[in-house]
Amino acid sequence: MTNLLEVKNLCVNFPTRNGVVEAVRNISFSLGKERLGIVGESGSGKSMTGRAILRLIKKPGILTADYIKLEGQDLLKLSEREMRGVRGHKISMVMQDPKFSLNPVMRIGDQICEAYQLHSKVSRKEAVKKTIEMLEAVLIRDPERVFKSYPHEMSGGMGQRIMIAMMLIPDPQILIADEPTSALDVTVQKEVLEIMDRLVRERGMGLIFISHDLNVVSAFCDRVLIMYAGRIVETCRADELSNAKHPYTQGLLKSLPQLERRVDRLAVLQRDEAWRTAPSVSGIVEPERA
Amino acid sequence: MSELKTSPETKQSLHDWLVSDAPTSRRQAKLSSYYRAWLTLKSNPMAMFGLAILSGLLFIAAFAPWLAPADPFEQDLAARLLPPGEGGYIFGSDSLGRDILSRLMYGSRITLYIVALVALMAPIVGLFVGTAAGYLGGWVDVVLMRITDIFLAFPRLVLALAFVSALGAGIENAVLAIVLTAWPPYARIARAETLTIRNADFIHAIKLQGAGAMRIITRHIWPLCISSLVIRVTLDMAGIILTAAGLGFLGLGAQPPSPEWGAMISAGRKFILDHWWVVTMPGLAIFTVSLAFNLLGDGLRDVLDPKKNK
Amino acid sequence: MTTENNGGRRRELSSSQKFIKSVTPWVIGFWKTTFTVLITMVGLLCVTFIIGRVMPIDPVLSIVGEAASNETYQQAYRDLGLDKPIITQFFIFLWDVMHGNFGESLLTARPVSQDLIRVFPATLELASVGIIIGIVIGIPLGVIAAVNQGTWVDHIARVIALIGYSMPVFWIGMIGLMVLYGKLDWVAGPGRLDIFYVDIVPSVTGMILVDSLIAGDMTIFWNAVSHIILPAGLLAYYSLAYISRMTRSFMLEQLDQEYITTARVKGLSETSVVWRHALGNVKVPLITVIALSYAGLLEGSVLTETIFSWPGIGSYITTALLSADMNAVLGGTMVVGLVFVGLNIFADLLYKVFDPRAK
Repeated sequence: MTNLLEVKNLCVNFPTRNGVVEAVRNISFSLGKERLGIVGESGSGKSMTGRAILRLIKKPGILTADYIKLEGQDLLKLSEREMRGVRGHKISMVMQDPKFSLNPVMRIGDQICEAYQLHSKVSRKEAVKKTIEMLEAVLIRDPERVFKSYPHEMSGGMGQRIMIAMMLIPDPQILIADEPTSALDVTVQKEVLEIMDRLVRERGMGLIFISHDLNVVSAFCDRVLIMYAGRIVETCRADELSNAKHPYTQGLLKSLPQLERRVDRLAVLQRDEAWRTAPSVSGIVEPERA
Repeated sequence: MSELKTSPETKQSLHDWLVSDAPTSRRQAKLSSYYRAWLTLKSNPMAMFGLAILSGLLFIAAFAPWLAPADPFEQDLAARLLPPGEGGYIFGSDSLGRDILSRLMYGSRITLYIVALVALMAPIVGLFVGTAAGYLGGWVDVVLMRITDIFLAFPRLVLALAFVSALGAGIENAVLAIVLTAWPPYARIARAETLTIRNADFIHAIKLQGAGAMRIITRHIWPLCISSLVIRVTLDMAGIILTAAGLGFLGLGAQPPSPEWGAMISAGRKFILDHWWVVTMPGLAIFTVSLAFNLLGDGLRDVLDPKKNK
Repeated sequence: MTTENNGGRRRELSSSQKFIKSVTPWVIGFWKTTFTVLITMVGLLCVTFIIGRVMPIDPVLSIVGEAASNETYQQAYRDLGLDKPIITQFFIFLWDVMHGNFGESLLTARPVSQDLIRVFPATLELASVGIIIGIVIGIPLGVIAAVNQGTWVDHIARVIALIGYSMPVFWIGMIGLMVLYGKLDWVAGPGRLDIFYVDIVPSVTGMILVDSLIAGDMTIFWNAVSHIILPAGLLAYYSLAYISRMTRSFMLEQLDQEYITTARVKGLSETSVVWRHALGNVKVPLITVIALSYAGLLEGSVLTETIFSWPGIGSYITTALLSADMNAVLGGTMVVGLVFVGLNIFADLLYKVFDPRAK
């Protein structure tokens, strides 16, 4: 059995007037049928990594890598047209804020049907049926009504569930979740995560979970990559995150409030310029022989 | 030797000083932002083209008496309607035998005069109305903005036509009519700016120091409204020229024998089929100048629109 | 939906929304709209009334003539109601206007309202053909420019638009007539029809293109087309300049939005992303742009009609103006102003129909 996804030496650069900004620098990692967390501050390159996998880096950004292999096939070698067959169909992405990521003037049902019909030749009637099923699967009550609604009529939690339904309806193998709960109220975050978790496990998918929230990642993922300034500084199993060795990870952990232990004053993260230049740690895991 | 070497270096260091990321004084920061804007503008060839044309126009207008080959009013009925190039008339002569080129050169003064007056008066009226409405609020705001909307509801040219016909034809009245129709958008802009500034912390601080409404408006709000008004004015210049020319064409602006470009087109209308240049030349002049203003305005907007500077 | 600042991104007014706010002050509730519109219309009448009163031309003299005796003059003065207080005069004026009475035209010796009904369809026809051409070319041009931002395609689209903004319409109209009609004879000359076709088809709508189709007379239809194509084309150029620039900036804004990324993530082709998703969102603010440029065409028609001897409201106003026929000028101005306001309201209504968020 091979990894679903293998990324080798991925770089994303943005040329500006004052030189090149390196958003992602030579990172390598793999993804099996697991839940892989990518943690880092804003600007650490974690979102860019997610978008780079889908080859959706906006101009003038430049994406380079030795390869991005999806089940052994190098995505970088595909034409734009073939790449469109991968997007949605094989790899999908849920974004941060459903307020912005859903088209405001299209009915929700039409947006989901569109995603489904794009990759499977079915009649409109069948697509509608499947959409309703999918809305039920993300625990939306009264899916017929939601089908005919517009995004602004939905709450944030509903919006994100709709987003998940839309991204999972073509049955992809990999879901990239880019800060899927950061824009949501704390009360609905858990609910959305549970729905996503259940669907991903039921379908045997790989999940890349991008977040700045260490607590969520350690509770929710199997393995974690920690990014800083466009590099992977550490990789470990999620349940061993509290034993992380890299000073950056430790610093992040220390700056979190904790229930068990009373801390008078949360530590402020002290940064070391050396982290910036140190080589990236590989996040590749050889698949276990089954 | 050392002289030769330092000259490019000082130039270079001035450039560095101007584009520095860490300005050390307010003056440097300000100069730096102007310099950067200038660099952006300079990299836009179309805007620079517009600027070049306008500089040329200013030059011609300033030195028209020395540049013009002939007296713009001198008639020579023997040399009527000569085509361009003939009889020493570079752009030809009109129906009264006057040199079209010289008339265009003198006409540029009228065009600039109208544009300058309108571009000064309309924003000022708008500034008064807008800041008063925005700062005072309440019923003053309601009344002033309603009046603004009423003026905005009129099509500009039609309203200007009605005004000129009421006031009587002539350049000054044409200017007045254009101003009367052009101020509402400026009032809107000034009001919007005022509303944002009014609640800023620094205004509260000044109020606590005991500054009155007049002082706050004139010293603190007006200076901050200026830049958005200037952008808008540059973009409106071409429209002002076209409206003025339209009024002139209808005989409501400058009166003959004044070499106003719109009026020249109007006078040449009868001869258009056989003597194309009489109409074509002044039209080209209007077109070129308003295109220049549009090119520059478009470039300036790109530079000054903070949203695009990300 | 919570408007709370959750993910560090505030929901700011987009530039298209700002645009809507800046041009249609009445994007608000129905009653407030009605009230605002009423006030604006009364204000409109007020301005026209004032213009009419500060006229240096003596309305009495223009009726009774220079040679009239003092008694005749006084009689006419009273007949016109000029002896009453100015405020009373205003209400009489208001009353008359509300009853469609704009007074009599000196020039045609007919009620101004009748004249206006007669000339308005011609302007409507001209402006409508103009706006249709403007939309059909302007929107795609703006979309293509936005998609190719910064490339030569974008620059060409920009130059095309700026030239449109810079052209004195009366001049280019004359040049167009001189070249296309005078020299090349590709289009028909001034007027709405060749003289021997005039008054053949019965007038139903007053718009010859429509009337000739109703009558089934294709010869007259094509003749009308050959007459309208040049003036309408010029107006169209003017409006396509505006429409394409606005489309471009709205598109750029939308293409930057997150839902566009969503559409790409789904695997949609660039064509669908641009023309279905982005343009679908641009459609809403574009309605206002189109309504505004339609209104702008009514205005642009003043000069165009003069050049092309087009018997519409524009040439009616200018002719009246030059012969100091103040009733006609004011009536015409008022009608154009009312159409302006009407178009704004119409755009606002359409906006509410098309934007699901506005309900």
